[in-house]
Amino acid sequence: MIKRNLAAAGMIALAAAAVGALPSSAGAKTLVYCSEGSPENFNPMLNTTGTTFDANRPVYERLVAFTPGTTKTEPSLAESWEITPDGKTITFHLRHGVKWQSNKDFTPTRDFNADDVIFSFERQWKDSSPYHKVSGGGYSYFGDMDLPKILSSLDRVDDYTVRFVLNMPQAPFIPDMAMDFASIQSKEYADALLKAGKPEQLDQVPIGTGPFELQQYQRDSTIRFRAFKDYWGTKPKIDTLVFSINKDPAVRLAKLRANECQIMSFPNIADLPAIKADSSLQLMEQPGLNIGYLAFNVQKKPLDDVRVRRAINMAIDKKAILAAVYQGAGLPAKNLIPPTMWSWNDAVQDFPYDPAAAKKLLAEAGLPDGFDTDLWAMPVQRPYNPDAKRIGELMQADLAKVGIKAKIVSYEWGEYRKRVQAGEHMMAQLGWTGDNGDPDNFFSPLASCAAARPGGGSSTKWCNEKFDALIQKAATLSDQADRAKLYEQAQVIMHEDAPYFLIAHSVVFMPMRANVTGYKMSPFGAHDFTNVDLK
Amino acid sequence: MLRYLLRRIGMIVPTFVAVTFLSFMLIRLVPGDPIEVRAGEHGVPPERLAEFRHQFGLDQPLWKQFLDYEAQLLHGDLGTSIVTQDSVLHAFFQLFPATIELSVCAILFAVLVGMPLGVIAAVKRGSGFDYGLMGISVTGASMPIPWWGLMMILIFSVAFGWTPVSGRISDAYFIEPVTGFMLIDCWWSDDAGACTSAASHLILPTIVLGTIPLAVVARMTRSAMLEVLSEDYIRTARAKGLGGARVVVVHALRNALIPVVTVIGLQVGSLLSGAILTETIFSWPGVGHWLIESIQRRDYPVLQGGTLLIATLVMLVNLGVDMTYGFLNPRIRR
Repeated sequence: MIKRNLAAAGMIALAAAAVGALPSSAGAKTLVYCSEGSPENFNPMLNTTGTTFDANRPVYERLVAFTPGTTKTEPSLAESWEITPDGKTITFHLRHGVKWQSNKDFTPTRDFNADDVIFSFERQWKDSSPYHKVSGGGYSYFGDMDLPKILSSLDRVDDYTVRFVLNMPQAPFIPDMAMDFASIQSKEYADALLKAGKPEQLDQVPIGTGPFELQQYQRDSTIRFRAFKDYWGTKPKIDTLVFSINKDPAVRLAKLRANECQIMSFPNIADLPAIKADSSLQLMEQPGLNIGYLAFNVQKKPLDDVRVRRAINMAIDKKAILAAVYQGAGLPAKNLIPPTMWSWNDAVQDFPYDPAAAKKLLAEAGLPDGFDTDLWAMPVQRPYNPDAKRIGELMQADLAKVGIKAKIVSYEWGEYRKRVQAGEHMMAQLGWTGDNGDPDNFFSPLASCAAARPGGGSSTKWCNEKFDALIQKAATLSDQADRAKLYEQAQVIMHEDAPYFLIAHSVVFMPMRANVTGYKMSPFGAHDFTNVDLK
Repeated sequence: MLRYLLRRIGMIVPTFVAVTFLSFMLIRLVPGDPIEVRAGEHGVPPERLAEFRHQFGLDQPLWKQFLDYEAQLLHGDLGTSIVTQDSVLHAFFQLFPATIELSVCAILFAVLVGMPLGVIAAVKRGSGFDYGLMGISVTGASMPIPWWGLMMILIFSVAFGWTPVSGRISDAYFIEPVTGFMLIDCWWSDDAGACTSAASHLILPTIVLGTIPLAVVARMTRSAMLEVLSEDYIRTARAKGLGGARVVVVHALRNALIPVVTVIGLQVGSLLSGAILTETIFSWPGVGHWLIESIQRRDYPVLQGGTLLIATLVMLVNLGVDMTYGFLNPRIRR
């Protein structure tokens, strides 16, 4: 009797010790990521910044995913899909057995199904959705990717099948579904919160299907995630993921050196040689899916003359700008799309740096003494342009040598962008970061004839019928090889007409400890830690 | 005393109106729209911009926006952040304890180190210690916080590894915020090392934030002491045969405290502005750096609400300082 009780007591003690040891047990792997800022909230539908998307990506998933490190798509919450030959109907077959996360306010009673997909898209699309206006109701990317124009209807075929009907065929539709704004939220959680009278909580305390669940968010300090034990996919190799928010890049590097974090974002360019020399650290790099350019407003004389635009291209020393301002963190650009994007045309030859030839060309255009112009520069750092003011000064000096007198102009960022889109400038620096890895995402919003209309997104207001026809056609085709041929031709036309001085594609660097493995740099600049391991 | 208190409290209302008016107008003078400033290269379509502006009342005439805001304040509603959609008051109370914790530690550091140093410098006037101390305090007061903070991190955290780099506690610890004060909340943690970690994370930010107040307190104490030490009653006390330490501490220091307490009260205001920089360097999640971000984002409700709450705090502290005069110098009470 006593022996049995002792044995039972022993078992209980062991079990208690095991349970007690769990929270901070040795062997639990923690990865700390030094992040550059706080997320705005926990709903990627409402925001546009990479910082917010990064903080949401561990928790939420989408119908489709980008294969890590690439711009290719692969199934995620949708196992498979069919597109009708006319390209207008897409049917997604949803994955079975996907579990929702839970928290102290919510326990799911069912798996992920079509209702969640319908809810997540209707919230962004339809006024009739009870959540349409919640948390400010600003669905920026849903609008920016033109979905209200493209979508005709969204139907629930059955529990595991949804059908999107489009108004026109849209080749990039599948990559669009892999973007962060297309994240799927839990309808059950949404309904429960609405009933409890606190719908905003859906966007502050997230529930998703992803590999990590949110454990705690300490505003401006840390975000703690723990591995979701019922995750349907490959379980992450780390148990706890911590985002440590540090706004100063020097502080992030100091933490990385002290092993207080194992991976960090956005180092100072000046620190790169020191990081490379440090054997306890490794440095990954990748060209970003972006372009920095100087746009010529072709509606203003004398920039309407292609000879003048070509002359300016030959007058500015691109290599010097890359060395002085990008300091190695940039690739010289000759096409609007970066080399990492399919259909990038290497056959295009960039303009040479030849001030003498530039002067000759200007004289041919009737401007032997040059002309006066403005040269706009952004007041803020952008991913594709680390210091527009400095670049502007270098360009100003180069242009002066061929007789072009440029005055540098700047406005506060929001104002700047608005005025450039209104076409108030003669020459303005700006750029673009790709959203979905599709060339159409660069050419259409920036260089189509539609974009050149007043209020459109084109900084050059350039409208070339041949170019426009090529990109319009390419957007409707489904075969990538066919589309690539058209885009290659389009790049040749753009080069000949020179509506821009293309500056650079910036290179993104990611320092981490030498024992970090499995991290793949995303061409979109997204930070994803699902497959990371610490050796 | 009571009449004095009531008069001071009566001044709060006009002060509030002035503070809200100033913060309201100043942020709106800065070019930039809260929606536009956060938009990327895509821009914001005009219909969406109009919708946002209408939603946040930004399309109303300015005078109406101001009056609506004042009415809202009277109901105790400080509004919601345009960026995070979270309540301003909720965010403030999440972040405020961190700023208080850091500021209290910094002022304690400044007083507990600065006052004795100032006293000793006054007593040993003219000596190497005196000149050395005053030289160091001038240097300390002249160092810009971002540089000073970063230097401390590079030397003590990276090179020597004695102190952590940034944050309030090691990321390995999961602390439930009960009071918001890490030194208190750490006691609830399962881990023994949590409180040690919290304390060690406070060392560098306290020193960095407290350096300028320390310099000011040390110098003020020294000059106040010098003045008092030359008074007749000190000579009398010495003539009566009282020991050096007793004269200095009991008789001299107590009378020297009035200008020193004034300075400490004024330092609270400068501590808050220093906190903004210190919080940014040490990734200390407090209100200082929340406010800076709200300016960059043109988050009007956060800036207005945050400024008002901090102004309230400063007013209360100054009220408290004035009340202590009466305690220190009975003559003022009447």
